[in-house]
Amino acid sequence: MPVNAAAPALPQLRIRGRSFMCLILAPEPPLEAWFTALDEQLRRAASYFVNKPIVINLAVAQEAGGKLDEIVSALEARGLYIIAVEGLSADELTGTRWAGLPDLRQKPQDREDVGGKLIEIPDDPLPAPSVPAVTSLLIDRPVRSGQSIIFEDGDVTIIGPVSSGAEVIAGGSIHIYGALRGRAIAGLRAGANARIFCHKFGAELVAIDGVYDTPESWSEAFNNRAAQVRLEGGVLNIAPLA
Amino acid sequence: MSKVVVVTSGKGGVGKTTTSASLGAALAQAGQNVVVVDFDVGLRNLDLVLGAERRVVFDLVNVVQGDAKLAQALIKDKRVDTLSLLAASQTRDKDALTEEGVKSVIDELRTKFDWIICDSPAGIEKGAMLAMRFADVAVVVTNPEVSSVRDSDRIIGMLDSKTVRAENGETFEKHLMLTRYNPARAAKGEMLGVDDVLEILAIPLLGIVPESPDVLNASNLGCPVTLHNPASTAAKAYADAAKRLLGETVEITTPALEKQGLLGRLFGRKAVA
Repeated sequence: MPVNAAAPALPQLRIRGRSFMCLILAPEPPLEAWFTALDEQLRRAASYFVNKPIVINLAVAQEAGGKLDEIVSALEARGLYIIAVEGLSADELTGTRWAGLPDLRQKPQDREDVGGKLIEIPDDPLPAPSVPAVTSLLIDRPVRSGQSIIFEDGDVTIIGPVSSGAEVIAGGSIHIYGALRGRAIAGLRAGANARIFCHKFGAELVAIDGVYDTPESWSEAFNNRAAQVRLEGGVLNIAPLA
Repeated sequence: MSKVVVVTSGKGGVGKTTTSASLGAALAQAGQNVVVVDFDVGLRNLDLVLGAERRVVFDLVNVVQGDAKLAQALIKDKRVDTLSLLAASQTRDKDALTEEGVKSVIDELRTKFDWIICDSPAGIEKGAMLAMRFADVAVVVTNPEVSSVRDSDRIIGMLDSKTVRAENGETFEKHLMLTRYNPARAAKGEMLGVDDVLEILAIPLLGIVPESPDVLNASNLGCPVTLHNPASTAAKAYADAAKRLLGETVEITTPALEKQGLLGRLFGRKAVA
């Protein structure tokens, strides 16, 4: 049809990309043991696979000389929601019940040459940039009596007081911009290098790396002063901050 | 726009019921339409403090369970006609309340009143949780004693996590009502000072009510102190607190040392729940 200037404007096509999560199952030899493990998983958490799209990777199984027919029927018998296969070319599935399933493997040779050069897409996508693990926790309100803040992965910073009857437990150090009147337990992961800092000292209990102390054993001179607690030679040392 | 206020404390005997009745009466005297709701099912007191104990036919539990209509259970005060009471049931326990039931009662009260004041039971169990659940504002009643302050701190933590407003990420106003403040003992360092309490709890102050025989007398007579003896310092403290709740700026006065009479020394320390 010739393109006519007077033709009614066509709606603009919106083409969007979206990623979906699906599970990938790769049967591996010995297949009997693998299927037993799968059955065990299905029994323990039956709902885990329900309505979850599953892609079957047959590369390993095929290399090991598994019979595709058998694998296909064994997987189908388990009622899994299989949407695609990968790891082998489509013609290898010809004759099995999965012949019609989309093959997710990249096949540059099948692509139409769009008048330019082909862009090679590697089979294994580049590893996603790793997100650095969160190593600190910031709490910007008072920690009230009866509340506990537990953060094993690093330091805890609190802007506000930690009340009597409250507790803060950290893998690393604890920093309190306010009064410490409750418990502070530091160094769950960092060990003896962790410290406890606070603007106003008045703790019910402090502990670093399992070594704890209560107000009975420290001088009242530290009360209501800015202080830090460290572990030195297995003994807790409380010192005022200048 | 109606406001649901929970009067709470964690600890018992600090003056929640007295504060609920007195603040409710003071707001009503200021021309607001007020209902005070007793959530202390099984240990009700608010009806006594308001002098309505002989007029309770239906109560909160009856309404929550659908056995009575709200209009049947509301008791209108005989002295201030904009003040109403919804009493608790004395013969039941806290399990008689359900969250859905309480919500529907509060929603219905919102259509009728400017202020819904929920008198919470002591503790942190179901009754106290339901009293605070649908509140917009909290009045935390605290005595200047370490045990009371710590319990209030615990309750403030729960107000910030267990109320519907907090769960929706909305701001939750909290006010501190410091009651049974004894200037003589504070001066001697025998009880916490106002600043100490404020530093620990870190919420704005709504008022300071001195320990006073007027409060006890008023409770015993079944008449909130703001109605019984409006000239007393306790009544003024509650009236000023009500004005602050209404958004007025009123300077807070710390009760000064005054010579206590014999009666005050004898009865001043008795618990008024």
